[in-house]
Amino acid sequence: MPKRELMKGNEAMAEAAIRAGVEAYFGYPITPQSELLEYMSRRMPQLGRVFLQAESEIAAINMAYGAACTGARVMSSSSGPGVSLMSEGLSYIIGTEVPFVLVDVMRGGPGLGNIAPSQGDYRQVSHAGGHGDTFPIVLAPASVQEAVDLIYQAFDLAEKYRTVVIVLADGSIGQMMEPVALPEYRPLPEKRPDWAVTGEPGRPRRRLTSLYLHPEDEEVVNLRLLKRWRQVEANEVRYRTYYLDDAEYIVVGFGMAGRVALSAVRMAREEGLKVGLFRPVSLRPFPTKELRRLAPKAKAMMVVEMNSGQMLDDVLAAVQGQTPVRFYGRMGGMVPFPDEVLEQIRLLVKEPPTLDEDPRERWIAHMEQMLTPAS
Amino acid sequence: MAVTAPSRPLKVVYRPPETYLGPTHYCPGCTHGIAHRLVAEVIEEMGLAERTIGIAPVGCAVLAYEYFDFDGVEAAHGRAPAMATGIKRVLPDRVVFTYQGDGDMASIGMGEIIHAAGRGERITVIFINNAIYGMTGGQMAPTTLPGQVTTSSPYGRDPRSQGYPIRMAELLATLDGVAYSVRHSLHDPTHIRKAKKAIRLAFEAQVRDLGFAMVELLSTCPTNWKMTPIEAMNWVRDHMTTVFPLGEYKVHPELRKLRV
Ligand SMILES: Cc1ncc(C[n+]2csc(CCOP(=O)(O)OP(=O)(O)O)c2C)c(N)n1
Repeated sequence: MPKRELMKGNEAMAEAAIRAGVEAYFGYPITPQSELLEYMSRRMPQLGRVFLQAESEIAAINMAYGAACTGARVMSSSSGPGVSLMSEGLSYIIGTEVPFVLVDVMRGGPGLGNIAPSQGDYRQVSHAGGHGDTFPIVLAPASVQEAVDLIYQAFDLAEKYRTVVIVLADGSIGQMMEPVALPEYRPLPEKRPDWAVTGEPGRPRRRLTSLYLHPEDEEVVNLRLLKRWRQVEANEVRYRTYYLDDAEYIVVGFGMAGRVALSAVRMAREEGLKVGLFRPVSLRPFPTKELRRLAPKAKAMMVVEMNSGQMLDDVLAAVQGQTPVRFYGRMGGMVPFPDEVLEQIRLLVKEPPTLDEDPRERWIAHMEQMLTPAS
Repeated sequence: MAVTAPSRPLKVVYRPPETYLGPTHYCPGCTHGIAHRLVAEVIEEMGLAERTIGIAPVGCAVLAYEYFDFDGVEAAHGRAPAMATGIKRVLPDRVVFTYQGDGDMASIGMGEIIHAAGRGERITVIFINNAIYGMTGGQMAPTTLPGQVTTSSPYGRDPRSQGYPIRMAELLATLDGVAYSVRHSLHDPTHIRKAKKAIRLAFEAQVRDLGFAMVELLSTCPTNWKMTPIEAMNWVRDHMTTVFPLGEYKVHPELRKLRV
C-alpha cells in the first residue's frame, strides 16, 4: 500500500499532473482553483518544465493550444468564468485534434456568482466545450484521491483520442484536504507524435489547423471526430455503483453531490430502505446505457445535484420514461447535507413519484418554502 | 499563345525563395503576397527554414501556412502571440513568428500582443496594417484613418464616436521586453527593400535572444478600399504614412551594430 499523505485537492491535482508527465502549464488565478496554479508555479520550474501565468484565460488556453501542437503534455486549470473565456480555444483544440487536459474547479454562478462549491458548469463543459460539433471527455471526481487518479489518466486519454479531457471538480474537491496515495512519477516522453509541429529538419513540413475552408472537407473531419467519439463512448464510460443489488430506489449523483448522497444512502440503508446510488464518473461519455438498463428495475430514481438539474436532463433521456424520476438539488454554491438528502430519500419511498410528475416540481416548492424567511 | 524557347540562355535575375510556395490567393494589388515572400527570403537567407514554426492569423492571411515550406499552425483570431508563446516556451531553440493583420492584432488580439511584448517573448511578429478588415468585407479597423469610409463606417470614421487610429509600433516600443519595434511600408520597391531589412533584424533579435520583435508593414487592400492597385499604393504613400509615420521606434543596440 503506497504511503498516503494529507493534501489539499488543488495541490494534489497539480502533483498528479506533474507525476503524469505534464510538460507545460498555463493558467490564470481564479478561486477556488488558484492553489493549483500556485503549486505549479513552485514545482514546474524546479523540474525544468514550463509554467506561465497568462494575462487571461483566453491567453492561457491559446498558449496551451500552441504548446499542445508541439506534441507536449499540456494542461490548464480554471473555474466557470475562466472556462467561459476558454471555450473558443477549446473548440480550436478539439478541431485541430491535439490533446489537452483542463481542470475546472467549479464555483457558484451564474455571472460572478461566488466562490463556494457548485456543479453549475456541468452543461457548459459536457454539452458544449466550445462552438461547433465538439466532444470533450469530461470526468468528475468525488474525492481528492479520485481527482488524482482521474488526472493521472486524463493525459493518456487525451493522447489516445487526440482530444480535450476536462476534469470537472466542484470547489470542495479543490479546497478540502484528504489523505491521498500519489501515483508514480512517469518519465517524460522522449519522442513526439508524428503529427506534432516541432520545426525539425529532415522531414516534410507539418501544419496543424482547425480550418477547413471547403464544407466537403470539414464534413470529413466532423465524421472523423464523431467516429472517434463513438470509440470513446464504447471504451471510456466510467461510473460507480453502491448498494444497487437489491435496490428498489436509485439515487443518481456525480462529484460531491454523489458523495453526500452516498452518506444519505448509507443512513437510509440503516433504516431498512432499499436504496442504492449510481455515481457517473464520466459525464461525457455519459453512462446512458447503464442507467437505461437499471431503470426498469427501480421503482423510482432521484437525481441529486449542486445545480438546477443539469444532469437530470441526461438521466431523463437515459431512463426514457421507464421509471419516474425526481430531482433534488442545491444551487448558488450551497452544498446539501446528508440529512437533507436522507429526508428526500424517505419521501421518495413514502410518496413515490408518478411517471407524469414533473421531476422538479416538488423540489421547487420545497426550495421556496425553505428559502422564504419565517415571518 | 505558344511560347517559343529563347535563342540564348536567360540570365537569372531573381529566384523566389524555395520556401515560398506561391502563387497566393490574394487579390491583385494586395501586398500580403509581398510580405510573405520577404519573410520566406529572410528565413532562407538566415538558414532557419528547418527550425521555424510560423503562426497564421485569422484574416486574409489565414492560409499563410500554405505558402511557406516550413512548419506552421493556424491561431484563433487575435491569439497568435499567445499560441506563439506556448510553442516557444516548449521549444525555445526554434524560431517562432506570427503573421497578423490589424484587426487581428490591434483589435481583438490587443491583450495578447501587449503581454507577449511585455514578457519579452522571444518571437517575431509581422504586422500587416492595411487600415481595414480585409477578410470580412472591409469593415473599420482600429487602424482605419479618420474620415476613411469602410463598410462599417459608411460616413467616414468619426474619431469622436469611433475613436482614433492606434499606432502599434509606437505603443509596443514603450515596453521593456521589446528589442525591436519599427514601421515600414510595402508601397514601392525602395520601401520593400527597407522592409526586408527590418524583417531580417526582427528575426535576428529572436535568434540573438534580445527580446520581442515586431515589424509593422503598411499594406494595401485595393479590393476593400475600392481602388486600383496603383491608386492603393499611392494611398499608402500619401495618406497612411501621414497617420502612421515610418520609423524605427525601438532598436536594441546590438541590432544597430548589425550589417544586414
Ligand atoms: C472570434 C472571431 N471574431 C471574428 C471573426 C471574424 N473575422 C475574421 S477575419 C476578421 C478581420 C481580419 O482583419 P485583419 O486582421 O485586419 O486582417 P486582413 O483580413 O485585413 O488581412 C474578422 C473580424 C473570427 N473569425 N473570430
